[in-house]
Amino acid sequence: MQLGDMPAEQRILLPVRGSTILGSLAVALLLNFLPWRNVAVVPDFVALVLAFWCVRQPRLVGLGAAWCLGLATDVGNGVLLGQHALAYSLLAFAAITLSRRILWFSLWGQTLHVAAILLFAQAVGLLVRLATGADFPGWSIVIGPLLGAALWPVVSALLLMPQRRPAETDPTRPL
Amino acid sequence: MEYSPPPFFKRGPAPLVRLAFFASLSFALLVLDARFRFAEGLRSVLALAVYPLQAVATAPALLAERISVYFGSQSQLNEENAALRARLLEVSRSAQREEAARAEATQLRRLVGAADRLPVESTTAEILYNGRDPYSKKVVIDRGAQHGLKLGSPVVDEAGVLGQVTRVHAMVAEVTLVTDKDQVIPVQVLRNGLRAVAYGGGASGMLELRFLAANAEIQNGDRLVTSGIDGTYPPGLPVASVSKVERDAAYAFARITCQPAAGVDAGRFVLVLSQEAKLPAYPENAAARAEKRPGKRKPRRKDGTGDPDAAR
Repeated sequence: MQLGDMPAEQRILLPVRGSTILGSLAVALLLNFLPWRNVAVVPDFVALVLAFWCVRQPRLVGLGAAWCLGLATDVGNGVLLGQHALAYSLLAFAAITLSRRILWFSLWGQTLHVAAILLFAQAVGLLVRLATGADFPGWSIVIGPLLGAALWPVVSALLLMPQRRPAETDPTRPL
Repeated sequence: MEYSPPPFFKRGPAPLVRLAFFASLSFALLVLDARFRFAEGLRSVLALAVYPLQAVATAPALLAERISVYFGSQSQLNEENAALRARLLEVSRSAQREEAARAEATQLRRLVGAADRLPVESTTAEILYNGRDPYSKKVVIDRGAQHGLKLGSPVVDEAGVLGQVTRVHAMVAEVTLVTDKDQVIPVQVLRNGLRAVAYGGGASGMLELRFLAANAEIQNGDRLVTSGIDGTYPPGLPVASVSKVERDAAYAFARITCQPAAGVDAGRFVLVLSQEAKLPAYPENAAARAEKRPGKRKPRRKDGTGDPDAAR
């Protein structure tokens, strides 16, 4: 069977580059820091990209990276220090635990798993805020995680792009 | 004989152990920050590290805004000019009246031997973006410690009090709006001088007057201004107008909802006022009582706006 005949998700990927991971996480932070009009319904891009790398590369991206990103988000958003750090750590743990399982599913099944993970992280943040005396901000806060999960196919296609090899291999070409 | 796994199986501590480590670290930070506010040093260091990313993220929106302003059509500018001129006339008339009133007040004050009130200095600032926290009502402005902003300074716009500076970074500062759930502001009813304390309504975007007796003399449409008792807000700034008064015989207090005067969800430019002259020190016995009973909770803001007792 030729390489080009195989469906895209079954092809063997090139090893990931560290710069891809770092760059994608930086872009996600940047997207989160954009001046959005209504923050409650904007997906948390950092959580999404973090979940992606925890699922795909659980040995490279783990709880430590998640915790540091959470701290950066806390400071950037001006919220309690540790709120996002805790939520992202738990998210990374859930994603790493589920990483062997998630990749067996189709994109649609993966999306459902990711929706559950993102909602869980949002719930952790909500619990922390309720415990420190904030009001419940309304059910619109579940829209963000659901939109984030809907972006999963796009994000996986984008972030796996640097690892794909060309479908047509030419033996005379050096690479 | 003891077997250990070959080195390529070594993956560090188990995930659960790592989770426990990072979760307890987060909890420790949360407690430090929420209960004792000890983490401010760490926060300001991290804020400097995050600032470039934030600046890059907000730059395109600012640029787009400037470009759209630049290409604003001639007719629109003309209209705006006419409106502004009319407004200027109005304002200058009331300014003249105020000048006369102020001179008179100064004279009277001198007559009764009261201390002259210092003129309030102000800094113009631009709102960069809304706070990215759906649980609180905050905005971030483009002036910080480098421009001489102080923690606790009141922030106003052209219509009234917008909020208070609650966190100062080097280049930006965070303003908690009057509608935030934790924000408290001492007010006075303009019509009859009744003093009260206005609490932020949180998600509703309104203000609440709590602890006013059910028969308090207050009615729809009453305008509330700062009373200046706390020493933070200068007196006489418009804060809100009463929009709903519910008197229920079952409760000791009336439920009073007010509409904030300032454009808390709109507007771009704000004025940060420097704080008024210091008030005389606390009376002796009150200070002693406060010492004897070391508070389990530190007041959130040193200036006393977080503490309704100080305003009453």
